[in-house]
Amino acid sequence: MNLVIVDYKAGNVQSVMFALERLGINATLSCDFETIKSADKVIFPGVGEASSAMTQLKSRNLDKLLPTLEQPFFGVCLGMQLLCQHSEEGNTDLLGIIPLPVKRIETDLKVPHMGWNQLENLQSPLFVGIKEQDFVYYVHSYYVPMSEYTIAQTSYPEPFSAALHYKNFYAAQFHPEKSGPAGSQILKNFLAL
Amino acid sequence: MLTKRIIPCLDIKDGRTVKGIQFENIRDAGDPVELAKWYAEQGADELVFLDITATNEERKTFAELVRDIARHIDIPFTVGGGISSVADVEVLLMAGADKVSINSSAIRNPELVRELADRFGSQCVTVAIDTKYTEVSGWKVYTRAGTIETEWATIAWAKKVVELGAGEILLTSMNNDGTKAGFALDITKAVSEAVSVPVIASGGAGNMQHFADAFNSAHADAALAASLFHFRELGIPELKRFLKLQGVDIRI
Repeated sequence: MNLVIVDYKAGNVQSVMFALERLGINATLSCDFETIKSADKVIFPGVGEASSAMTQLKSRNLDKLLPTLEQPFFGVCLGMQLLCQHSEEGNTDLLGIIPLPVKRIETDLKVPHMGWNQLENLQSPLFVGIKEQDFVYYVHSYYVPMSEYTIAQTSYPEPFSAALHYKNFYAAQFHPEKSGPAGSQILKNFLAL
Repeated sequence: MLTKRIIPCLDIKDGRTVKGIQFENIRDAGDPVELAKWYAEQGADELVFLDITATNEERKTFAELVRDIARHIDIPFTVGGGISSVADVEVLLMAGADKVSINSSAIRNPELVRELADRFGSQCVTVAIDTKYTEVSGWKVYTRAGTIETEWATIAWAKKVVELGAGEILLTSMNNDGTKAGFALDITKAVSEAVSVPVIASGGAGNMQHFADAFNSAHADAALAASLFHFRELGIPELKRFLKLQGVDIRI
C-alpha cells in the first residue's frame, strides 16, 4: 500500500511515522502535490497552532489540494481541526472540508484537556476491536462540537467529537500514535478501510 | 472521564538513567529505552526524560536518544534539560518528543515561553519550576538545577508562565525531593488553584498514599516520581489499583 503522511512541518509527523513503523508499515513523508494525490491512503497529522499550520499549508498549496482528495484520509488532532470550517484559535479560516466549527474549550476544568480519557458511542469501522470506555490520549485546547459526522465522543466535561467521518475523510481529536495498543488498533483499522 | 496521570521521570546522563538524591549522589538505574518500554507496559500514563547535566555543563540536548525513545514507545513523553531556544525545541519535537520542559532558560528569558507557545502551541510547552521553602523567603523559585534562588515567588512565577503560554507546570519541591516523605501538598495545591493549566506534582513520593494525597488533597493533575519506580519499590499497576480504591479517576 502506498501510504503518504502529509509533511507540512507543523505537526509531530515523526511520531506517526514511528507508530506506523511499529505496525510494519513504511509510509512516505511528502508535501508534494502529485505524491499525495497518487497515494492509496493519506494521513494528516498535526500538533500546534491553527493559524501557523494554515500558513504552512498555504505556502505549499496544500490548502487547494487536500479538499480535492478522494482516497481514505485520516486527520489527527490538529489535523482533524484543520479539516473543519473555522477555528476560534487565532480566528482562523480552515480547509473547509467538513462543515463544522472549532471552538475553544470553555470550562472550569484545566485547559489544555491533557491526558487519557475515554471513547464512547463508537460508530465506525475505524473502531473495530475498540471497546466503549477504552482510553486514548488527548492534548488540546480547542474542540469540534458534537455533530451528525461524529463517530465517537469523549466528555470534558461536556461531550465533544472524539472522531469524525465525512465522505472519505476520517479524523480523530486524540492521538492514536500515542494511545498505546488501542491507538495502534485504530491506525490498523484505518489502513484496512 | 479524564484520568490523573502517573509519570515516571527518567533523569538522563550520558544516555543512561540516573536519579539524584536531593540532586546529588547519583545512582545508575539503567537504559532509558528499555525502562521506557517497561513503564509503558506497566501502565505509566506519560514519561518525562530530563537531561540533568545539560544546564550545568551546557551540553547539547539529546535528540538521538529522543528519536530512539519515540521509535519504541507508544505513550506520550516530555523531554527537558538545557533547552534554551526555539531551534532546540524544534529538533526535539521533530525527533518525536510530544512536549518539552523548560526551566532555567524561562527564568533567563521569559519571552521564550511565549515564542515556543506561538510557534508550536501551548500544549507542548511544559514549564518546570524547582521550588524551595525557607523561613526567610517562603516558597521561591530556584534555577540552574536548584542551585540559585531567584527573585520569583512560586505562585507569581507560575501565573506568569501560564500568561506567557505554558500549557503545563511541572512543580518540584526541593525540600521534598529525595526524602520519600510525600509531595509538598501546600504549594502544589496553591499552584494548582492559581493557574488554569494542568500541574504535575513532583518530589517526595515515598508510598501509595502520597500519590492519593497529591490528587485528592492538593488537586494535582499528574504525579511524577523516579527512584521509587526505578528501583521497583513501588509497582505502577499496584499503585493504580490503590488509587482507584481511593476514589481517584485513573486509567487501568
